[in-house]
Amino acid sequence: MIGLRRFFAVLGARNREFLRDRMALSWNIILPVLIVIGFAFAFNSDDDHLFKVGILGQDDRATTFMETAYTQFIPVTDLPSAITKVERHQLGMLVDLETFRYWINDTSSSGYVLEKLMRATDLRPEKQLVSGEQIRYVDWLIPGVLGMNIMFSSLFGVGYVIVRYRKNGVLKRLKATPLSALEFLSAQVASRLWMITLFTCLVYAGTNLLVGFRMNGSYLPLLLVLLCGTLSMISLGLIIAARMNNEEAANGLLNLISWPMMLLSGVWFSLEGSPALIQQLALLLPLTHMTTAARAVMIDGAGLMDIGWHLMVLTLMTVVFMTIGARTFRWE
Amino acid sequence: MSTVLEARGLVKKFGEIHAVNGVSFAIERGRCFGLLGPNGAGKTTTVEMIEGTLAPTAGDTLYLGSPIDAQFRRDAGIMFQSTALQDYIRVREALQLFQDFYPESRPLDELIERCALGEFLDRDVQRLSGGQRQRVLLAIALVNDPNILFLDEPTTGLDPQSRRNFWQLIQDIKAENKTVVLTTHYMEEAYELCDEIAIMDHGRLIAQGTPTALLEKHFDNAIVSLPAEQVPDRVDLHPARLQRRNGLVEIFSGDLDTSIRQLMDQGVPLAQLQIRSRTLEDLFLELTGHDLRS
Repeated sequence: MIGLRRFFAVLGARNREFLRDRMALSWNIILPVLIVIGFAFAFNSDDDHLFKVGILGQDDRATTFMETAYTQFIPVTDLPSAITKVERHQLGMLVDLETFRYWINDTSSSGYVLEKLMRATDLRPEKQLVSGEQIRYVDWLIPGVLGMNIMFSSLFGVGYVIVRYRKNGVLKRLKATPLSALEFLSAQVASRLWMITLFTCLVYAGTNLLVGFRMNGSYLPLLLVLLCGTLSMISLGLIIAARMNNEEAANGLLNLISWPMMLLSGVWFSLEGSPALIQQLALLLPLTHMTTAARAVMIDGAGLMDIGWHLMVLTLMTVVFMTIGARTFRWE
Repeated sequence: MSTVLEARGLVKKFGEIHAVNGVSFAIERGRCFGLLGPNGAGKTTTVEMIEGTLAPTAGDTLYLGSPIDAQFRRDAGIMFQSTALQDYIRVREALQLFQDFYPESRPLDELIERCALGEFLDRDVQRLSGGQRQRVLLAIALVNDPNILFLDEPTTGLDPQSRRNFWQLIQDIKAENKTVVLTTHYMEEAYELCDEIAIMDHGRLIAQGTPTALLEKHFDNAIVSLPAEQVPDRVDLHPARLQRRNGLVEIFSGDLDTSIRQLMDQGVPLAQLQIRSRTLEDLFLELTGHDLRS
């Protein structure tokens, strides 16, 4: 069984090592904040100049309106999701030519202008009003950046660090003591989980202070998503750490895992329009579940029941990864 | 005396290479057992097998008559040839960390005093000098008050002063009736510290015994040396043997009186003559045919 004194000794030592490594520490905090600020400014200007109108169905009466300059008319097929986009200011207006209704957001300036423009033509559908605050790209990006930061920190903080310990002989020395592999590994996992949770909270608070983003859900489900997600990534790191004794090779392998995962998990852009195969593939990645569930909580205000299956998948992944990692672990 | 540790037919192969090829020995309680040999002789591989950190290809090791187990881990103190500690750890924290691994341990204050760590207790381990670092690693190896202490080339790379200090530490530990296993390629170190030595070369033991017994067994002679230019090429000495090395002529003689008389008779000037008794260094040369550090 686990000796608590030995467990806490390793846990404390690893925490101190992490906190004293100034370079890695700044990397863990500054990078995600910079990314978020960068994107908050980069995506602030362009989209506002262009009006976007969703059009469902076809009707000749709309021809004149649809010739309006500086306005993009986007054909839509799914009414409910298009209405949500109006609520989030992703569409300035939605016109359903089949039931002859239109939707604008009462808090959207472009909706107001587009309504005036439409009334100047012959088009007079029935008005439907929705409300909702604008979803900026940065609001959508935050959960992804938090997830990405957690992924890199988990994989490298466990995978790379234990491989380095093995290479320079730290593990060999520990092996010669009564410390068991289980005590050592669980202390590594606990240390990383605790540090990542702490730093994710700091990054969350820091970016919120700087750019101010939406949080429509409650904190408990968000915290659960982050904890389950972090554990699954740390466990994945344990598999890398189990046997390798070459830092460069471990680094390469960790990059090979983390970069495609970052691109395929919808951190930067939505996978909605991607091929079905990619979307299926993305579901195998823990980061996908973490980012999707965190977005659901933060943007849609989803509760525990709504994100339950993501939490279950993450937990299952954790169990599988951790079993493989612990079973294959060798001190040398 | 009772046997503490026994190695039985240890073999270690790395691929096709036999790093250790059938090594057996027994270590008695309270003795300092030295494993000697040049770099690459298989000392470290052997000692890691008896420490239980490296699995042998064949053979086994018994600690107090049973295979190496949890009891051994609690009783053994180990100082590897290149022990690494994690980054950003301070001396006091490292001692504390290792102390927490053991159910029973020595008071840290006593270790700190004994190994003279007081001056740099709060310094990062990475920023210690060679001698300081070795003392910290020795303190860590002693933290569990071990019955048996393994030291793998503990003074390699230390300056002579630090080496002498380190030897004194080991002498103190020996005085507590602890069993010490020491590997070294310094013959002087082995002579100073070891009660028994085993000499290794090419993965095998080639001699074993107390230092004095080994010297007596292999050498019945002393070495007389003279500057090479003062000794004619065709000097006639019986029954001694001559060897020219490093600008000296070394005369290995079992009968010093006769050899010196013969030199005088042949007009060799003896003003710079030196006589020394044989050392483990010579023994090694004699046994392996090559220098210890070549």
